[in-house]
Amino acid sequence: MHPAPAAESAPLFETINVSKAFGAFKALSDVSFHVNDGEFVSIVGPNGAGKTTLVNVVTGLLRPTSGEVRFLGRNIAGIGPVELARLGMSRAFQLVNIFPALTVRETLAVAVASRLRRVANPFRSLKRDDVLQADAERIAEVLGLRARLETVASTLSQGEKKLLDIASAFALNPSVILLDEPTSGVSTGDKHAIMEVLVSAAKAAGVRGIVQVEHDMDLVERYSHRIVALQEGSVLADMPPEAFFKDPAMIAAVVGTRPQTLRRIP
Amino acid sequence: MSNQSIDIAPEAVARRAAPRPNGLWALLGLIAVMAVMPWIASPYALLLMLPFIGYSIALLGFNLLFGTTGLLSFGHALFLGVGAYTAAVLTSKFGVLSFELLLITAALVSGLISLVVGALCVRYTRIFFGMLTLAFGMLFHSFLFKFYSVTGGDQGMRVLRPLLLGMEWRGGKTAFLTGPFYYYALILFALLGLAMWRITQSPFGLHLRAIRENAGKAAYVGVQIFRMRLAAFVISAIYGGIGGTILAVTTGLADPELAYWTHSGNLVFMAVLGGSGTFAGPAIGALVFVVLQDFVMSITQYWRFVMGAVLVLLVVFMPQGLSGTIEALANRRHGGR
Repeated sequence: MHPAPAAESAPLFETINVSKAFGAFKALSDVSFHVNDGEFVSIVGPNGAGKTTLVNVVTGLLRPTSGEVRFLGRNIAGIGPVELARLGMSRAFQLVNIFPALTVRETLAVAVASRLRRVANPFRSLKRDDVLQADAERIAEVLGLRARLETVASTLSQGEKKLLDIASAFALNPSVILLDEPTSGVSTGDKHAIMEVLVSAAKAAGVRGIVQVEHDMDLVERYSHRIVALQEGSVLADMPPEAFFKDPAMIAAVVGTRPQTLRRIP
Repeated sequence: MSNQSIDIAPEAVARRAAPRPNGLWALLGLIAVMAVMPWIASPYALLLMLPFIGYSIALLGFNLLFGTTGLLSFGHALFLGVGAYTAAVLTSKFGVLSFELLLITAALVSGLISLVVGALCVRYTRIFFGMLTLAFGMLFHSFLFKFYSVTGGDQGMRVLRPLLLGMEWRGGKTAFLTGPFYYYALILFALLGLAMWRITQSPFGLHLRAIRENAGKAAYVGVQIFRMRLAAFVISAIYGGIGGTILAVTTGLADPELAYWTHSGNLVFMAVLGGSGTFAGPAIGALVFVVLQDFVMSITQYWRFVMGAVLVLLVVFMPQGLSGTIEALANRRHGGR
């Protein structure tokens, strides 16, 4: 655990009474949570609690039915991913989300090129753009992908692909990063390695807030400053991990009660 | 973070190499060979090279859309038609004979039309994009076909011999086409090839490739999907218009068939034949297509059947096209994967 920062200034990022309905189904109802400068917040909850919907709303992929998403004092509900990236919020995905045929260098260069606004002139050289290339290399370095710069993404290992996805989120120099299960589909040993890289990279890159959706309670306990627990689309609890993990009812609600017997297939 | 180990495979494991800049050299090599052809080849062969150049230029653009951005247009012959009819209208109706003016106008008109057509089409991808482009191609073809008074209908429109760099050529038609016009078109091909190479090697080109690979993710790293796709569409249309102008001057005729959907299909065929995954592939496809079509047409009237069979064999046995297959063979010889 890293020491939690003082939370006196206005939040870096917050949702205010966000609701999202898909037809008659209410995926989120009146969800309010915030992230302070320097905080690592984990969103937890059983399957179907609305975690991914919340991330999708927050990152502008879905427009909330009602409510506000405020980032740096501005309502960003439904502004769309490109504008969001420009404002300084980036996202890594639950499933491995890469550009299969691009190399690690190229993948990072895509994000750096958008940040440095290098695409208006179609005749500008990519290879000779030293500023852009150095920036891509710096990000690869921070996320431990330096040795893989010229490797095609589809041939990376699962753990490396996850890192690359996270790295391209970092390449936007974001102030907030949203991670939807950054370590899903990765072996337990690698999970901690990825989280360590991520946290130290965030520090090095000046990321001011991290929001993650995570199932692995071990990771949640170890890295978050605060836990926001969702249940059936509503906020069940918003508390520091120490308090959260002391409360067995909380853990049962979030991790879910395991089925007593697994149904056998005859 | 020095002792982090994230199941990084050892360096020795063979990995697919990043694309090397041999595509440009392949194209320039081809152009160099063509530059000496007038000394060794027959006028007939040279006349066959002109449509090849026209198609190759169009395909450079087509492949920016197809190979690089991942949008398969089934209506790209529309822009060949626009280029050809621009040349026809300017030379026969307005007496504009400067080839440079024809090219610039064709590029402008294609660019403008593609801006409108593209704005409607690039919101969709895959089959929906293909069908929409096909529809616009058919629409344009019908316009050419039905507006007899303007376009000459199925008779087409004459394209007069243009002035190259303001100079008039007094010799015969074949001498003009295989002499000055051949070199003019070849140099244009080289310049447009270089320009397209730069486009594919730019941050802009990288964004197009990112869209092809994963548009959903691309948006999250700040790629402006719609704007980039539209830009690729417009550039490809400009190349198509220029290619169409060369085709029309070669035949001396702007024909509605140029914009017909089977002609769009031929463009797709050439790109697949040569391999859309490489820079020079579509040009190689155009060369093989033009030569093969000429050869097969000379021996049988059922040439469409033969070309169809070639396409089937190609898709089954060489899905990477000729250039992709050659590359794979070369890699195998060099001990790579």
